[in-house]
Amino acid sequence: MFNVNRQMLTRGALAAAVAIPATLFAGFALAQVEGQPTPGGLGLPNMVTPVGLGTQQFYNMVLMPIISFIALFVLGLLVYVSYRFNEQKNPIPSKLTHNTPLEIVWTLIPVLILLFISVPSLRLLAEQVEVPEASVTIKVTGNQWYWSYKYPEDQGGGFGFDQMLKPESELQPGDLRLLSVDNEAVVPVNEVIAVHITSNDVIHAFGVPSFGVRMDAIPGRLNQTWFKIEKEGVYYGQCFFICGKDHAYMPIVIRAVSREKYNEWLAEAKQKFASADSRVRVAAESH
Amino acid sequence: MASSTMAGAHDHPRGLRRFLFSTNHKDIGTLYIILGSVGGVIGFLLSLGMRLELAYPGVQIFPGLAEALQGADPSMALDAGKNLYNVFITVHGVLMIFFMAMPILIGGFGNWFVPIMIGAPDMAFPRLNNISFWLLFSSLVLAVISMFVEGAPGMKGFGGGWTFYPPLSSNTGSPGPAMDFVILALHLAGASSILGAINFITTIFNMRAPGMTLHKMPLFVWSILVTAFLLLLVLPVLAGCVTMLLTDRNFGTMFYDPAGGGDPLLFQHLLWFFGHPEVYIVILPGFGIISQIVSTFSKKPVFGYLGMAYAMVSIGVLGSIVWAHHMYTVGLSLNAQRYFTLATMVIAVPTGIKIFSWIATMWGGSISFRAPMVWAIGFIFVFTMGGITGVVLANASADKQFHEGYYVVAHFHYTLSLGAVFALYAGFYYWFPKMTGYMYSETLAKANFWLLFIGVNIVFFPQHFLGLGGMPRRYIDYPDAYALWNLVSSSGMIFVTLSLIVWFYAIIEAFMKKRLAGANPWGVGATTLEWTLSSPPPFHQFQVLPRITGTAR
Repeated sequence: MFNVNRQMLTRGALAAAVAIPATLFAGFALAQVEGQPTPGGLGLPNMVTPVGLGTQQFYNMVLMPIISFIALFVLGLLVYVSYRFNEQKNPIPSKLTHNTPLEIVWTLIPVLILLFISVPSLRLLAEQVEVPEASVTIKVTGNQWYWSYKYPEDQGGGFGFDQMLKPESELQPGDLRLLSVDNEAVVPVNEVIAVHITSNDVIHAFGVPSFGVRMDAIPGRLNQTWFKIEKEGVYYGQCFFICGKDHAYMPIVIRAVSREKYNEWLAEAKQKFASADSRVRVAAESH
Repeated sequence: MASSTMAGAHDHPRGLRRFLFSTNHKDIGTLYIILGSVGGVIGFLLSLGMRLELAYPGVQIFPGLAEALQGADPSMALDAGKNLYNVFITVHGVLMIFFMAMPILIGGFGNWFVPIMIGAPDMAFPRLNNISFWLLFSSLVLAVISMFVEGAPGMKGFGGGWTFYPPLSSNTGSPGPAMDFVILALHLAGASSILGAINFITTIFNMRAPGMTLHKMPLFVWSILVTAFLLLLVLPVLAGCVTMLLTDRNFGTMFYDPAGGGDPLLFQHLLWFFGHPEVYIVILPGFGIISQIVSTFSKKPVFGYLGMAYAMVSIGVLGSIVWAHHMYTVGLSLNAQRYFTLATMVIAVPTGIKIFSWIATMWGGSISFRAPMVWAIGFIFVFTMGGITGVVLANASADKQFHEGYYVVAHFHYTLSLGAVFALYAGFYYWFPKMTGYMYSETLAKANFWLLFIGVNIVFFPQHFLGLGGMPRRYIDYPDAYALWNLVSSSGMIFVTLSLIVWFYAIIEAFMKKRLAGANPWGVGATTLEWTLSSPPPFHQFQVLPRITGTAR
């Protein structure tokens, strides 16, 4: 009887040990929507660009295992020496103060680990920094506290618009607080998009986590980055450099659509944003 | 000791004269520790405000705080609250670096124990020592005042982060005088540290007791020596950097203004040329303290003494040539990013040598788990945690995913808020009996440790998840998806707050109970010179210089 109970208890505990994390992870997986942060998420978002996927692979397959191993190794050593060499167990301390081979080993092994990390790291870096031939170029300008976008004339654009946070009172079902905006920036899927980034006032930073892209918007400089979205969808980003009181209130929304839909949007947007500054137009309308 | 019988022969001022005009390294060290504790408590209260605000999505407490603290108009309270949050993050950073960690580790423990450990009667320039302290005090006053004068238009205080990047810190972003107060505070703090560094270098090079060669100096003295050189090298750069900002703001120069041919990036390069060595300035004395403690309580000399000393020297050198890893997203060229990635990763090598040497010091030792040792072991673990995420962030490619996000916040708090602070507490509990003559309650010291260890891990570990998920730092409000880990993170502050209360209680209890510590409470492992003196040491020690014959440790 007693034995059975113990067995059941063990089995119950085991089941709980497996089930609780499994449910948690399943919950996370269910809640995960591409392009937006996952409630209670533990890792990187699902990436949708080659650079993003490269970052994900580099972090999940190279960095994360290595640093976890080192942390556990050091923790293990600390626990072991604390247990093995406490003064009850080992009343007479040794006089050991040098061991040249050991010192060489713990200098060389970290060097090898770092060399191993640097290979994929530098490969990914070159991919991020060298912008390939782009079919669409957009110019993004940071302002206190919103983003402006310009689509160049020779690529079917010739208009610009501001992207402002949707206030909480105007949120529709499906909108995200602090992330949804009035005008989404639309780009075609599966094409290389070059982004030119600058600022009108203070420093901002343009960042979209599921693209693996983060680039500062600095007045007087034109920075360049790129992404190629491999999946249609709506992708959210935020300002990543402190820019004053409404730093947390200038999100970024990029919608990736098929080439046909993109062309349709271009035509519509050309009408809608005909005036150089959409805010001026909206303000004029409301009078 | 011969010295204690001679103490009466010298001037021994009392009361106000003793502390205000002090030229005694121990009294000035005590003043630094008190100043650092005050700065640390204010800095902690600011972080408590931030974590309370971030516990739930939405803006809850800062509008009210802005009304209460800065007298903001209720109709403007929301905007004033958002601004005040940014002021809090800025002042929290400034206080914790310049007015908590540096004063306690360098000004406090450095002043107290560098002269004693090398067998010197005092610092080389006692009056310089006094002015160093009072400059820092004035600087703290200016920094606190800056929170209550106009910064951004219609707002009080400067809220642009402790890195003060223009144009947010120039007339574009903060035309009011708050930033000028911050700049002058930095000038004074910088001058204070430069004078202190000169004093330490002179003392260590010229006033070592007979037989105390450089290679016999305790590692804490080595750490202060390297730190002093770093301070002397980089603080003038900071001074120049913020002076140019001051003239941009007030005299029409355009060093950082692209409209006049300047460049905001110049500021970032100068700031980080100071700022990166600065983090080593904060952590190196901690390394020194941990080396002393691990050796004392393992009852063994430090493993690989020379390797340990020169690892610190190489960390100092390498730390000075990696600054642009804070700037991977500003649009650096590919080659610059390659260089800074590789150079930054190299720092992991000497840091690894230190971690492994501490463990090797414990290996084969006879470890007694007194409070300072428990803090030191805690330090080794949390610093390793901060170090490995540093290896991640060293990669320009990976950093693009984490830059200015919560992963970075978690990383540098593991190295500083946990690392430097644990070293500081370790040093505090190690030397408290020496400085006061009284023994604290071992139970309270350990309760302090466990509460802080649990607390800071709950606060900062989930911030890795927030950073991986993409949450930017310096946000007063965040998308609802980040709610869970923010709540967990904030809940850790309960333990941190309790640990501070226990710390105060431990100090009060020790002074009330007056358990005499004796000259050497730590036994055979404590072999540095401070343990040969009475506790507290005589007002003037070593009238007859000690002669050092033993080996290095």
